[in-house]
Amino acid sequence: MINKKVDNVTLALQGVKDNMTLMLGGFGLCGIPENSIAHLVKLNVKGLTCISNNAGVDDFGLGLLLQKHQIKKMISSYVGENDEFERQMLSGELDVELIPQGTLAERCRAAQAGFPAIYTPAGYGTEVAEGKEIREFDGKMHVLEYAFKADFAFVKAWKGDEAGNLVFKGSARNFNPNMCGAAKITVAEVEELVPVGTLDPNHIHIPGIFVQRIFQGEVYEKRIEQLTVRQR
Amino acid sequence: MLDKNGIAKRIAQEVKDGYYVNLGIGIPTLVANFVRDDIDVDFQSENGVLGMGPFPFEGEEDADIINAGKQTITTLAGASFFDSALSFSMIRGKHVDLTILGAMEVSENGDIANWKIPGKMVKGMGGAMDLVASAENIIVAMMHTNKRGESKLLKRCSLPLTGVGCVKKIVTNLAVLDVTENGFKLLERAPGVSVDDIKNATEGSLIVEGEIPEMN
Repeated sequence: MINKKVDNVTLALQGVKDNMTLMLGGFGLCGIPENSIAHLVKLNVKGLTCISNNAGVDDFGLGLLLQKHQIKKMISSYVGENDEFERQMLSGELDVELIPQGTLAERCRAAQAGFPAIYTPAGYGTEVAEGKEIREFDGKMHVLEYAFKADFAFVKAWKGDEAGNLVFKGSARNFNPNMCGAAKITVAEVEELVPVGTLDPNHIHIPGIFVQRIFQGEVYEKRIEQLTVRQR
Repeated sequence: MLDKNGIAKRIAQEVKDGYYVNLGIGIPTLVANFVRDDIDVDFQSENGVLGMGPFPFEGEEDADIINAGKQTITTLAGASFFDSALSFSMIRGKHVDLTILGAMEVSENGDIANWKIPGKMVKGMGGAMDLVASAENIIVAMMHTNKRGESKLLKRCSLPLTGVGCVKKIVTNLAVLDVTENGFKLLERAPGVSVDDIKNATEGSLIVEGEIPEMN
């Protein structure tokens, strides 16, 4: 067994520098790498390009990095619910590239799978396709989209073992599995880090080969963005 | 004239037994409340859920189980969770049978604009561009006119597009229409709405053939 365990978040984030490109898992605030984000704030690295479906809210998730002006560019599919984001975007301080959600997922997966690019019908005929190569397949138009190139991927799983094998829970899975192995170094944080042999190999969602470092997060707030309930 | 629930109720009639359905945010979300309970339908949420159930009871919410609107939800027996790439494989690969979404504008050739208003804060397209580019069966749920009373069924969309030539059917507060090669074909009128009311509220080409029944 190749051991991927690191003892703490400081070791897990070793090598993160200014101006790097980072992938961060999560959908809204669901399944975000909370501990890694908190440590990025502490490290105060600047000029970051962040690939993440959303940009958090004002005081949680990637919003924490925005508050400290650590992000130079966001690549996302949806960035509402964040006033500071809006302010920085409108003032030109923050560069924003909005891309379709499925394209975002597939550009991660392409990087993971060793495909240099993919063709997708999403965005054809819209401003998203401007300046991009277009090709027709079976009478339908497609847009060429390149695999992402990132320095670090920060993902969050429910459980993991010391070999880096990961199991996700519920819709907190989202982009996390697609980002594993899609950057030069993948850092997985888990709610529960278990000894090897504990997880059933049949139930592993992401094999440890896609993960370079794994650690157990100290604390998880798991904030709910839109609490919706029904009456009993 | 229909209200939002009325639009959702009419669209629910288009949901057939055995359909996998993706519902957008807004009026489309309401459709789930009106689907007949004697048919089997699975709702897909593009953040990675198939087999969505109702909202949880208070105290039973789980931060790890949400829909694409980031609302806490439950799952039904037979549900599954999956990653974002697989979720869009369901959509792009045409495994989802019906997509219902809102729109700011639709043109008579089926173009749709629903993600961006120039000069206003742009939040992003989310999964809308993937959905409209791939789904074979797209129904738009929207009001017939905007807040200023201007038609949302146009010759050409004025706002930045989400997708081209993709909308097949539109259900508004006034009418049910198909998008055809020759323009919007009027199929049904909302209760109390005349063909002239619909003509006046439609900027794009409107095809009216024979008697137009009132929807039930």
